[in-house]
This record gives sequence, C-alpha cells and structure tokens, in this order.
Amino acid sequence: MKSSTKPETRQRPRRSGSDMPFLVTLSVIAGTYVLLIVMLIVADITYLGVAGSKTAESGIAGWPIIGAMVSAFRSPEIRNAIELTMISCTITAILSVFVAVPVGYLLARYRFPGRNLIDAILDIPIILPPLVVGLSLLILFQFLPEHVRRNVVYEKPAVVLAQFMVACAFAVRTMRATFDQIDERREQVALTLGCSKKQAFMMVILPEAWPGVLTAGTLAWARALGEFGPLLIFAGATRNKTEVLSTTVFLELSIGDLSAAVTVSLIMVMAAIAVVITARTWGSRSINL
Amino acid sequence: MITLENITMSQGRFVLSDVSISIPKGQYAVLMGGTGSGKTTILEVVCGLRTPDQGRVLLRGDDVTNLRPADRDVGYVPQDGALFKTMTVFDQLAFALVIRGQKAGVIRERVHELAELLAIDHLLDRSPDGLSGGECQRIALGRALSFKPGILLLDEPLSALDDDTRDQIMALLKNVQKHTGVTTLHVTHNLAEAQQLGEMMLRIDDGKVQVLDVTP
Repeated sequence: MKSSTKPETRQRPRRSGSDMPFLVTLSVIAGTYVLLIVMLIVADITYLGVAGSKTAESGIAGWPIIGAMVSAFRSPEIRNAIELTMISCTITAILSVFVAVPVGYLLARYRFPGRNLIDAILDIPIILPPLVVGLSLLILFQFLPEHVRRNVVYEKPAVVLAQFMVACAFAVRTMRATFDQIDERREQVALTLGCSKKQAFMMVILPEAWPGVLTAGTLAWARALGEFGPLLIFAGATRNKTEVLSTTVFLELSIGDLSAAVTVSLIMVMAAIAVVITARTWGSRSINL
Repeated sequence: MITLENITMSQGRFVLSDVSISIPKGQYAVLMGGTGSGKTTILEVVCGLRTPDQGRVLLRGDDVTNLRPADRDVGYVPQDGALFKTMTVFDQLAFALVIRGQKAGVIRERVHELAELLAIDHLLDRSPDGLSGGECQRIALGRALSFKPGILLLDEPLSALDDDTRDQIMALLKNVQKHTGVTTLHVTHNLAEAQQLGEMMLRIDDGKVQVLDVTP
C-alpha cells in the first residue's frame, strides 16, 4: 500500500522492532540440540577410529570402523543378536500395528463410557519407567500357569512381549492421531453409498490412513530396537538366547570391551537411520503426535 | 417423496423440535436457515447418519427410521464434497456400483454417462488433489447419483464457489433434476439460490421448519 497519498496528515509511523533477535534465539536453541545429536554419532565413530588405529590388528588400513564392524559381524554372538533383533523388532512392529489400528480407530470415532479412562490407560506404558514395565511383566507371569511361564519368561517370546508392551503404545498414539485427522464425512458418504461400516473402513478410511500405518509400524520398530530395561528384567541377557543388540551393548560394556559396545551401537544407529528414512519416504509427515 | 413426522432431537446445542416436512416426489425443495440452525442435521436424519430422539422418517412412503444409511437409497452430497482422497474420479463414480456388485461393463457405461451429464469426462483419471471447487462438486454430485437414488440431498453445494462456477452448477442442478426426476432437498443460507432453484421453499428457525412457498 502506498502511504504517500496524504503525507501532510501522516503521523510518525510506528516501527515494529526487528525480528532478528527472535529468529536468532530460535536458531541457536534448535542448532544446539541438533549439533548435540550429530556430535554423539561423530564421537562414536571417532572413538572407534582412535581405538582401531591403536590396536591396528583388525581391518582395512585407514578404515578402522569398517574393521571393527567386520569383526563384530564375524562374532557368532553378535550375529545371533542382530538376527534376533531384526526378527523380534519386525514381529513387534506388525503386532503393534495390528492392535493400534482398531484401538486408534475406536478412540477417534466413537464416544463411549470409560473412553477417557481407556485413553489414559493406553498412555501408561509410555509414562512408566521401562524397568517397572519389565518388573510388572515378570510379576504378572507369576500368576500364570507354570508351562506358560516356562515357555515365555527368559525365553525369546519374552523379548517380543517386552518390546511390544511399550512399542504398541506409541503405535496406538500414531494411529489415533491419523484417524483423528481423517474427516468422518467421507466415511459417512460411503455409508450412504451402500457400504457397511466394515466396507467403509476397509475401502475408504484404511487406504487414507496407510501413511499413518507405515509411520506407526516404523515407530514401533524403532522403539523395539531401543528397548532395554524391560528386556533385561523379563527376558534376561543370556548370550545366544535372549540377547538383542541393546543387550549386547550392555554385555560388552560389562566385560569392559568398550570398542565392541560402540561398534554395536553404531550398527543400531544405522538401523535406526534406515527406519527413519523409510518412515520419512513412505510415511506421513503430517501427523501431530 | 420425503416425509419427516414430528422429528425431535437435541444434540449439543442443536435442537429440532417437532419438525414435520413433506416433499412430494420429483420436487426440488430448498431448505433455508442460518448457520447453526440445524439444516445439516435434518439432512443427516433423512439419510440415516443420525437417529432422531422421536419421530419418523418416511422415504417413498416407507418408514426408514431404523434403516441404516446404506439401505435408504439416498444420494448425499455433503458441504465440501468429501471426495475420497485415494481414489481416481472414475473410482469415485463407480464406488456405489462396485459395492452393489455390478458388472464391470455396466459400471463403465454408467460412469461415462454420468461424466457426460456432469461434463467431467476429462477428469476421470485424475485424483481429487488439485481439482477446483466446481469440479469437486460435480464429482460429488455424480457419485451421489451413480446408483440412481430416488432422493438427492445437497448440503450447501454452491457456498464455496465463485460466481461463474456457481451459475454453471446451478444450471447443472436444474438440468440433473429435469433429467433424472430425483426428489431433491437442497440446503442453503442463500435466498437468491433458493429462489432460482426451489419449487418448494422451507425455512428453519429455532428448531422449527415452516413452508414458505410452493411453486405449482
């Protein structure tokens, strides 16, 4: 707008202050945190580089990280741990989505007595300290029949169950947010067009929720990868049996092999990055958790 | 024919008290009322998305008060069109027929017939993303008409359109009604729109509906 039309009546214009201090403050805070995250990973890699060049026994010259990785992959214990981690995380992710889709849909679409209570209960695994989740699982199984207990506790199924307890709660949150953002009107139109509720869900709502389903799955997978507390208590940390990568880090640390612990950590970092990229590529970026 | 008998319901701040309407077969009725007057609620009661606390809904003379939306044979065009985001325009128009298990050839023929009537032939392969408001309304209208319902409900179909498009869609609605003879209940807050289209004019105020005018 031109302000020169009536210069004689013009008051001294009010100048708004500069936006720079605000933007700089935001950038500094954001930048510090991002830098901290990047430094964590860089420190791991650098540490391996230094430790690798000191020992200089394993690996390719100039690439001590790759040497460390190769020797980690050569270890049968770590190979087993990688295998169990991949399988258990994948089962956990699939189970979590399988549960989270109906729960999220019910909470987003229906008003029923006790809904708020159920909503609060679903947050418990997120809020509880992980060790308490593990301990509570252990206690719960004390009340179950002996043959169930023997086949689950300190066995491989315990790994999946411990991961699932927490990961599923995150998947439920994601699916709830996904269904909340899908306009109910489209579902209602489908009903008037001749659909049953099930048909409307399967043909209209679920395809729209698909990016959310992928996000929920990858989030559950990533949570399961990082799970440690409940696992340690409920599944134990037995080599070649219930050892997953997070347990490996703990076991290697406890025997003083810092190098191996860092190497396994980097394997987990790579897996996590792969999952984040997958979620970003195919998943939804517009879900407000 | 659409008949509401003594419909009473309260949901949130909406209250409908003892609403009775009768729209004869083949009529184009326009229901006017301000924002929050319960216009949309009446449409939802007719198509079965809401159940009234009291009263009966009769369509074509049959009591459908307890029938599910799927079994009422009513075409519904909600306010913003509510197109299915993951389907092409063709799939949206075919949707009701696929649900009814029609043969592929029959479906294709019907979709092309509709596309021609609504002048959306060129959009059949498109997804709803990036379509204009007028195009969305045409598609939503086609989707609602696809299974040849006896009754058509329109919720402010012209409110989000610019003037030119509004005139086009208004002409289209007249044409569709002449072509299909579908009993139509059109909800709007716009008097000019009501006067141009309506053969029967209704007004809702404070939860009560009154008949303003019937053009013979």
